[in-house]
Parts: sequence; C-alpha cells; structure tokens
Amino acid sequence: MTHASTVTAKLAIPRTAAPPRASYWREVGKKLLRDKVTMACLGVLALMALVIVFAPLIAPYDPLQGSMARRLRPPGTPGHILGTDELGRDMLTRLMYGGRLSWFVGLTPVVVAALVGGALGITAGYAGGRLNMLIMRTTDVFYAFPSVLLAVAISGALGPGIGNAIVAMTMVFIPMMIRISETVTTSTRNLDYVEAARSTGASALTVVRIHVLPNVLGPIFVYATTLVSVSMILASGLSFIGLGVKPPEPEWGLMLNTLRTAIYTQPLLATLPGLCIFMTSICFNMASDGLRAAMDVKS
Amino acid sequence: MLQYTFRRVLYAIPIALAVSLVCFLLVHIAPGDPIDAILPPDASAETVAMVRKDYGLDKPLPIQFGLWLMHVVQGDFGRSIANRRLVSEELVSAAGKTFILASSAAGLGFVIGCVLGGLAAAFRGTWVDRLAVGFAVGGVSVPHYWLGMVLVIIFSVLLGWLPSIGAGPGDWAWNWAHIRHLILPAVTLSVIPAGLVTRTVRGVVVEILSQDFMTTLKGKGLNRARVMLHVVKNAAPSALAVMGLQLGYLMGGSILVETVFAWPGTGMMLNQAIFQRDIPMLQGATLVLAMIFVALNLIVDLIQTALDPRMRRT
Repeated sequence: MTHASTVTAKLAIPRTAAPPRASYWREVGKKLLRDKVTMACLGVLALMALVIVFAPLIAPYDPLQGSMARRLRPPGTPGHILGTDELGRDMLTRLMYGGRLSWFVGLTPVVVAALVGGALGITAGYAGGRLNMLIMRTTDVFYAFPSVLLAVAISGALGPGIGNAIVAMTMVFIPMMIRISETVTTSTRNLDYVEAARSTGASALTVVRIHVLPNVLGPIFVYATTLVSVSMILASGLSFIGLGVKPPEPEWGLMLNTLRTAIYTQPLLATLPGLCIFMTSICFNMASDGLRAAMDVKS
Repeated sequence: MLQYTFRRVLYAIPIALAVSLVCFLLVHIAPGDPIDAILPPDASAETVAMVRKDYGLDKPLPIQFGLWLMHVVQGDFGRSIANRRLVSEELVSAAGKTFILASSAAGLGFVIGCVLGGLAAAFRGTWVDRLAVGFAVGGVSVPHYWLGMVLVIIFSVLLGWLPSIGAGPGDWAWNWAHIRHLILPAVTLSVIPAGLVTRTVRGVVVEILSQDFMTTLKGKGLNRARVMLHVVKNAAPSALAVMGLQLGYLMGGSILVETVFAWPGTGMMLNQAIFQRDIPMLQGATLVLAMIFVALNLIVDLIQTALDPRMRRT
C-alpha cells in the first residue's frame, strides 16, 4: 500500500480508542516506582546481573583452578568466604561465573521464543482462517506434552550440551508464546477502530504495525517475563540431570548436582547454588507480577 | 453432554496421533543413523538387517511411522538397548511408581492449596493473605530439585527421621516401610501444585465473595457453614481442574525429583535412558507419559464441563 493509505488509516482512529501513548508508559513507570516489592526485586536482579557481567573483574579466584588440599571447606573459611567445592575451587568465584551460563541458558529460550512465537501468534491471530488453523493446531500438539517432559525428551534425544538444551527449551516456550499472542491479537483485531482502519483500505502490514502491535506487545512482553522464572528453573534443572552445561564449566544447576555427594559433610555449602537459582527465579516472578499489575494486563 | 463428550474424545484422536508422530521423530532428531539408536552397537549384521526390514527403515518416513505405530498400538515399544528387556515391561512398573508419587503430591498440594487459598480469600488484605500469597509465589519459584536436597539434609542427614533414596524394599505397598520413602519426594513435588492451587482458589473465592448472590444468601439468614457450601460449590470446578492438569504435569515432570531421591519411576527411567543413549526407552517413556497427559486433559475437561456447563468449549 502507499503512503497515502497510512495517513488515512491514522485519521481513521477514534481518539478515545487510540493505542497506548507515552502518557500510559509514564503512568506504568510511576506505578512501578511506588511498588516497593517489585523495585526491590528489580534491584536484586540488577545487582546479580552486574556481578555476573563483571565476574572476571571482581571474582577473587580462577573458577576452574582448584586445590585438592583445600577441598570442601565450609562457608566462612578465611580466604574463601563461601568455602570451596569438591575439587577445592573457590565457591564465591564459581557462583559468580556460574550465573553467566545459568542466566544465558535461562534467558535465551524465552527471548527467542517471544520473537518467533510472538510473530507466529500475531500472524495467526491477524490472518485468521486456514493459516490460523494450521498454526494453532500445530501448537495444540506441543501443548499435549507436559513441558518438562518435552524439554527433557528433545534435549535427551539431541544429547547433552548447552546448544541442545537451549533448542529444546525454545521448542517448549514457542507454543506458549504463540497461544498468548494469538489470543490478544484476535481480540484486538475485532476492535472497532482496527476494523475502521481496515475498511479505509490500509494494508495488512500497516494495520498490524500501527494499530495491532502497540496493543499486543505489552501483554506479550508481560507473558514472556512470567516465563523467565520457569525457564531459569528448567535450564538449571537440565544441567542438574546432566543435560545442558557440561563440567568443568561452572553453572548453578550442575554445581548443585556435583555437590550432592557433599550433603553429609558440608550441607550448607551444598545448597548454595540452589539458593542462587531460587533467588533469581523468585525475583523474576515477583517483578513480573508487579509489571503485570502496573501495566494492568489481565492474566 | 453425551454429544459434547463424543466430540471431545473425537478431537483427542488427531492430537494423540500427532503426539505419537513427535515421539517417533525423536529417533530421527537423534544424531546418527536411526538403526544405531534402536540397536546396541554390537548387534549382529543379521539383527540389523532384520530390524531394518521390520521397522521399514529402508522405506520413506511416512511408511516408517505407520509401521512403528502398528508396533506401538500393540504395546510393543521395542527392547531397551541397555539391558535388552522389553520397554513395555519396564514402563508399566515405572509408571506405577511415578503415579504413586505424582498423585500423592497432587493430592497434598490440592489440600494445602485449598486451605491456604480459602484462608487468604476469607482474610483478604491481612497478614494471613500475605503469607499465603508469599507461599504461593515461593512454591512456583523454588527449584524443587534444590528443595528436595534441602529436605534431605534436614530430615535425613541432620534429624535422621526419613530415608533419602529409593522406594522401599520390593514391590510397593501402603505400609510405613514404604510410605516413609514417599514422604520427602511427595512433599517436595507438592509445592508446585500447592502454590498454583492457592493462587487459583484465592482468586476464585475472592470473586465469588464479591458477587451479589452472596449478599442475598447472607441476607436471607443462612449461617456461615451454609454460605461456605455455596462458595465451595462454585470454586470446586476451577480448583479441581488445576489439580487434574497438575497431576499430568507432575507425572511428566517428575524426572528432577526422581533423580534427587532415586525414586524408581519413569523419571529415573528417562534419566538412565538418556545417558545410555537408550532411544527406544526414551521414546516409549515419552510417548506413554504424553498419552497419560492427553487423557488427563480430556478427563479434566469433561468433569469440569459436567460440573459447570458454562465451561463448555466448542
């Protein structure tokens, strides 16, 4: 379509039903700032992100270099604040570096799934008809698997490795993203002003870009953030059972697994990596709840 | 209702077929020749040729799928590469163990969730509410494999009250010698449904309490117990649905907890299958668990519709 139709389409929007404007985002920001719990969670996450990114600069030791003479020291040991692991490597250092892979393997599938699943879902929702049938019925098939089972089966068949774990988890999240995107797009598509824009002869791409996207991206984004917590637990879980990250790379789930033998001698030490996963996941979960409330998105 | 049931069952058939197709393709996404994935490396040339012909591995994929499906429908999932036992036999005993674990966890989670969710809604805005909501968020955010380790440390290592691994001697029986093995894994696994049910029940009950008919009920002088009965009747379908679906998720997702507690169910089986590159075992376990999930979804949907016809999906 030509530029002229875009202009017509813009004129056709009734003022009252206009998509979210800058004032909406200012309102969301204000609500978030007033929400102390959400701000605290975002603060913790920001701090963790900083530590993870700058791990090579601030970590006191080498994450792969250990000393067999100093194995399994408890937290509080001089020189090793959080103790040492089963190969005598500094725990604090390993946890700092471990977050890098845990966050990477946890976040990547959600980001990729949000992009791919979002695009497919919006397409299905806007196009309707046969294309919608095709995409949504395929989605139903993946919904017929319990999510953990699907992730384990795919990465199990592909074999251990970071790449395979990411592929498997992305496959699990794409159908979820498709479903939510399709639902919000379908409901937006039938709004009066979108109908009006279409009837002025605006092309599908224009209508989607100007009228549909501003309405659906918010809910899609909020839904994607709710998946992060699940994804973090699953990512470390795959490494915990030996799929995913391979030793000697530090990763929280894998560290938790290798320290299982130490629960009789150093119980506190053995739980530390899990505590990191828990903290990350609960902060993402609560921050996402806060975001949902601030953006006024219904679940 | 009969017509609706019929339609839902009919719709489940293509889903079940497509699920089998995904499981079938697992062998083909595994790196290497599928024959290596089905047979042990030391298999004789005759066996290789026989299996290749039997499964039609020399034929196009759709025909292979058909042949494989024929085997599966007859309960033949092939033999385990690792120990040459029939996958179907191993599966039956493992699925039973996992069902015991998952249903205990789902039941426990349901009870905890209903109590906490109900209390939270009844005392909305108070510390009871905040505590219950906090528990719900914690329940769904906690890496349960870690929680399992923490429980083992507390109750097995430090206190020595409960065993940390296995499912007890011999076959399963509902006696203390076996149940004490079940407690820790079941509690660990129950935090997820407990959190979700708490959230659901709280939401539903808050909504019910705010509706006009509640005022009417109180206005016509019903005592609290009778009013509660109305609340329960209205909240039950949603809570039951969440629990039913959770049972399916737990059956398929128990692999992590089963690994922590060495619980001899399908999760452990999957775990071993993965590390011995035992693809027939992986395929069989995945297919059976997915089918159980499809069936549970269907049952939950039908029960929910029977309890509340407004839920009907076309």
